[in-house]
Amino acid sequence: MELKEKLISSFMAFEEQIDVNSGLHDVRTAAIKNFETKGFPTKKEEAWKYTSLNAVLKHDFTVFPKHESAIEFKDVKKYFLHEIDTYKVIFIDGKYSSFLSQTTHDGLDVCLMSAALNKPKYKMVIDTYFNQIANKDETLTSLNTAFAAEGAYINIPKSKVVEKPIEIIYFSTGQENALMVQPRNLIVVGENAHVQIIERHQSLNENPVLTNTVTEVFALKRAIVDYYKIQNDLGSANLIDNTYIAQKQESRVSVHTFSFGGNVTRNNLNFYHQGERIDSTLKGITIIGDKQLVDHYTLVHHAQPNCESHQNYKCIVNDNATGVFNGKIYVEKEAQKTDAFQQNNNILLSDKAVINAKPQLEIFADDVKCSHGCTIGQLDESAMFYMQQRGIPKKEAKALLMYAFSNEVIESIKIPELKQRITKIIAQKLGVNLGFDL
Amino acid sequence: MAKYTEDDLKVELENKEYEYGFYTDIESETFPAGLNEDIVRAISKKKGEPEWMTDWRLEAFRAWSEMTEPEWANVHYEKPDFQAISYYSAPKKKDKYASLDEVDPELLDTFKKLGISLDEQKKLAGVAVDIVMDSVSVATTFKKTLAEKGIIFCSISEAIQEHPELVQKYIGSVVPQKDNFYAALNSAVFSDGSFCYIPKGVRCPMELSTYFRINQGGTGQFERTLVIADEGSYVSYLEGCTAPSRDENQLHAAVVELIALDNAEIKYSTVQNWYPGNKEGKGGVFNFVTKRGLCETNAKISWTQVETGSAVTWKYPSCVLKGDNSIGEFYSIAVTNNFQQADTGTKMIHLGKNTRSTIISKGISAGKSQNSYRGLVQIGARAENARNFSQCDSLLMGNNCGAHTFPYIENKNSTAKIEHEATTSKIGEDQVFYCNQRGIPTEKAIALIVNGFSKEVLNKLPMEFAVEAQKLLEISLEGSVG
Repeated sequence: MELKEKLISSFMAFEEQIDVNSGLHDVRTAAIKNFETKGFPTKKEEAWKYTSLNAVLKHDFTVFPKHESAIEFKDVKKYFLHEIDTYKVIFIDGKYSSFLSQTTHDGLDVCLMSAALNKPKYKMVIDTYFNQIANKDETLTSLNTAFAAEGAYINIPKSKVVEKPIEIIYFSTGQENALMVQPRNLIVVGENAHVQIIERHQSLNENPVLTNTVTEVFALKRAIVDYYKIQNDLGSANLIDNTYIAQKQESRVSVHTFSFGGNVTRNNLNFYHQGERIDSTLKGITIIGDKQLVDHYTLVHHAQPNCESHQNYKCIVNDNATGVFNGKIYVEKEAQKTDAFQQNNNILLSDKAVINAKPQLEIFADDVKCSHGCTIGQLDESAMFYMQQRGIPKKEAKALLMYAFSNEVIESIKIPELKQRITKIIAQKLGVNLGFDL
Repeated sequence: MAKYTEDDLKVELENKEYEYGFYTDIESETFPAGLNEDIVRAISKKKGEPEWMTDWRLEAFRAWSEMTEPEWANVHYEKPDFQAISYYSAPKKKDKYASLDEVDPELLDTFKKLGISLDEQKKLAGVAVDIVMDSVSVATTFKKTLAEKGIIFCSISEAIQEHPELVQKYIGSVVPQKDNFYAALNSAVFSDGSFCYIPKGVRCPMELSTYFRINQGGTGQFERTLVIADEGSYVSYLEGCTAPSRDENQLHAAVVELIALDNAEIKYSTVQNWYPGNKEGKGGVFNFVTKRGLCETNAKISWTQVETGSAVTWKYPSCVLKGDNSIGEFYSIAVTNNFQQADTGTKMIHLGKNTRSTIISKGISAGKSQNSYRGLVQIGARAENARNFSQCDSLLMGNNCGAHTFPYIENKNSTAKIEHEATTSKIGEDQVFYCNQRGIPTEKAIALIVNGFSKEVLNKLPMEFAVEAQKLLEISLEGSVG
């Protein structure tokens, strides 16, 4: 049976299985209907022109895992940011693992979506925010909405500065031959509040996984949110990450995406401005090889005056891999004095690697500063020569240059331990010892 | 000094009537509206075409019947009813004119109003004009001078009669009949156009030029242009258009094919000023054009365009850089005002080694218009050391217009170097202030800034045309170009 049919037919069973209030029932039904009409996106659609899901969808994915799996902390310790204390929301095959997690209700809520959806005390927050910013037309987001049951729920009250980062990690154990999971995260950051979040999807063996996740982030007045996504999964894992961020006035949100692993990775990152003097930052490093595909699809919707957005995506592609960047800046008529900047730099290391880029500007206001730059090139030969002359082996010289290339993004990571971790992953990915730590 | 602000300019722009809005009353021979195989056959028969041409047209028609109109462009308009258009219209007097005196005086008057009277053109040495008026070539000048060099410059229907081997070999080789909806339609029903062949090693001594006019109400204009530059030759080709004021939308679906063989160079310049519709957005020409050039080894094709007219523009002059070391260039100024919509840009397809391309696009939008740049830079796996530089800048005037950029970059080669930049800005208050400070009035300052903004492209136009281009820019942005 095709995955689409399988999902549609299991929807009824799914609804019966979880006892949810009727309000959500309508949302789910509308969402599954939208998915039923549109199905999985194909290359014929403009938004998916360069990314095909066909090969991924051929696997016979299990939609509901039959087994409950447990994993030992020591086996997965390396995936945690274990050097420092963090809040942790951990899921194994889509199910919450209380053993690995460290949640809290003390002054702030770091807990579960399932709890938030079912308990009356969260009803007001859920009614106000759940599925409000997520695109109701987008088919994969709808699919996630229809099956939304579990994920991280984070609510930071007014003026709370969260003293330690929050880690959200989804493990898949590979107990099933092929597994599809659809986590749903809701993050509400109150006025003047400040939070740092790290999200990661990790499979533990080579059985294929398809993750279709939706994250909604609401940054209220003057809130500061730093969001880091680490995508360094095994070659059998596929990730479709849909992130929707709504910003109120004077809030600052930054999203860093580090894409090193996985088979097909698609990042739909959407920023919507709902106030003045907002600052949005979107940065990413992509280093891929083999037959990997990483597709960044970003949208910054400038709707109010005096807002800024900064985008900087670096991509290094080797072997037969494909890097895609599709960045859209949309400036509405009202959004005067917008300062929108977008940069996309790519390096191709092999002749079979492919880069597709489409930096888009749609501008309806006249007093704006919008620019984008996109380059595709190679490593500077004279710089290589200079280093080799001074006794640095070719491989290291190359790695140094690539590190320098991505440094602009690395240096804006605000958690030192994470910065170190990313540097290490990059060194590992490039197969060298950089000989220095940051 | 009277204070001249951007608002005044806007008002002035809106009130500006279309200068070339007149209608020549010449009896036309027009086919009944609608399109089917019989009409295609009839057009072909009317033109006395050989059988292969009729078959070629029919093949295109059959392909077209299965196609649907493209909808991906960033333009919105009421789709033309292709069965309500008459596909053939020709001035009735079809005798060949021996001299200009025999030409209908009213027709000559039309050209005079356009500022390209034949007498004047004749005196202005260096420009030969092949005038297309409602699809049929009326007069061709300077043919003799060209013939001495072995250059063929005539209407395409004449070329089909007299040089069938060239036409048969090259027509559809760059833009196949099935290429897209409008190209297929054009292939089926094209009534006339220009044909140009430059023999080996010949440098064309003058700028070749064609003026297009849409005249008869309710008729579509489907020209077909074919320019072939044989090995080592050079030609500069100018195409300019004006159309009279009409209320119903007129359809214009042209196809231009350029073939630059080894070491040849073609420079193709366009000034387009079809009727853009009135200030309520009523009427105006739909301009759906397919232009493409093919470069063999060491060849160079350069497109320069100044787009100021048409209600809807859908146009992507492209270069297929097939041969090694070939060069493609695209320079464009697109000006939209009132309710005009333009979706224009280019495609640079790099297939050969060491191929280079440059794209400079300037968009100026005013009024309630929408101006989009849509471009593709594609580097094939075998195109080693390919190099591309793209720059697209937009200038917004007023707060009701939009500027959009849709660049597509597809790279399959690790030795390629691609750069793309885009900016959007308005005429800065500080820029105007700076000029005012130095005694330059606001009107002049705006002119200075707009001129400076489009200079890179205006400079690429041939001398004779640059004057004309500035004239047309004035019509669209009167008051801003001194």
